[in-house]
Amino acid sequence: MSTALALAGTLAAYRLALALADRLGRPALLNPVLLAVVLVGAVLLLTGTEYDDYFAAAQPLHVLLGPATVALAVPLHRQRARVRAVALPLVAGLAVGVVGAVGTAILVPRLLGAPEVLVLSLAPKSATTPVAIALAADAGGSPALTAALVILTGIGVAVAGPALLDLLGVRDPAARGFAMGVAGHGIATARALQDGEQPGAFAGLGIGLGALGTSVALPLLLLVGGG
Amino acid sequence: MRLHGPVRPDDRSLAGLLDLLLCWAAGEVLARVLHLPLPGPVVGLVLLLAVLGVQSSRGGGGEVRSGPVADLLLRHLALLFVPAGVGVITYLSLLREQAVPVAFGLVLPLVVGVAGTGLVVDRLLRRRA
Repeated sequence: MSTALALAGTLAAYRLALALADRLGRPALLNPVLLAVVLVGAVLLLTGTEYDDYFAAAQPLHVLLGPATVALAVPLHRQRARVRAVALPLVAGLAVGVVGAVGTAILVPRLLGAPEVLVLSLAPKSATTPVAIALAADAGGSPALTAALVILTGIGVAVAGPALLDLLGVRDPAARGFAMGVAGHGIATARALQDGEQPGAFAGLGIGLGALGTSVALPLLLLVGGG
Repeated sequence: MRLHGPVRPDDRSLAGLLDLLLCWAAGEVLARVLHLPLPGPVVGLVLLLAVLGVQSSRGGGGEVRSGPVADLLLRHLALLFVPAGVGVITYLSLLREQAVPVAFGLVLPLVVGVAGTGLVVDRLLRRRA
């Protein structure tokens, strides 16, 4: 597949996803990442195109994730006074969220009789992709499967996170953004940025601290769980 | 932003883009050389944060020069996840075979993670207020 076609097709799917969500009153389920992924995925399956061909051609878009992640420093810098003011609650929330998410990601599939390679691929999935892949490889999971599960987790948090936080009465924009970033990395951060600079900045902070927390918690929890 | 006339070497948005790219490059090198448990771009984020801190303490208030390029990249952050996201289709049959453990293994940690972090931070901030 040519790069031009992959880029044009991906951009068209994204625009269509935005237009569709807009037309239908922006329901949470019509998340632009989810919708665009379904659209592009459907076209690949229908035309019998290999995913690897598409992904190689779409590299110019994919590599921008690098500078975009670095760019998260800017909203964080603009919110630096608030970050300093709430540092301790953030660390406490990080510990609870990471241990809870990684712990249940190991425990629940094991209890349901999932093969161990699936368990170990699920365990690091809240972390951002490169970290999750490295952690899965170390633990004995499948890096490629982990990449898919990371994406599904991010989409899940982007779709369900805001409603869940509403339900629990979590109103502070820093708490909301941070929870989204820690649990759902960059994809949920893209969603948090839609709500404003403060939730976006704290979600960006959550990506980094969530990755760090998962790197520390995962080996310890596997040790405790006898993995 | 000026769109006409010669590009000056002290163009602010160009300097802002260069700051960002240098931090990214340095982040990749540091992550690899020091075997950090974080990916290069996340290390680059930390470096850029330090650079922005120095810049704004020197230059007083005002908008940092990396602002416009960062806003442009982050405005369509969702779009950048699409190529990697489509990769899920290569695992459709496995995900279907293991649908029950995968569904519960995705949903429960998601709820526990979002609720745990969100509630703890929100309630601690409320107690303080």
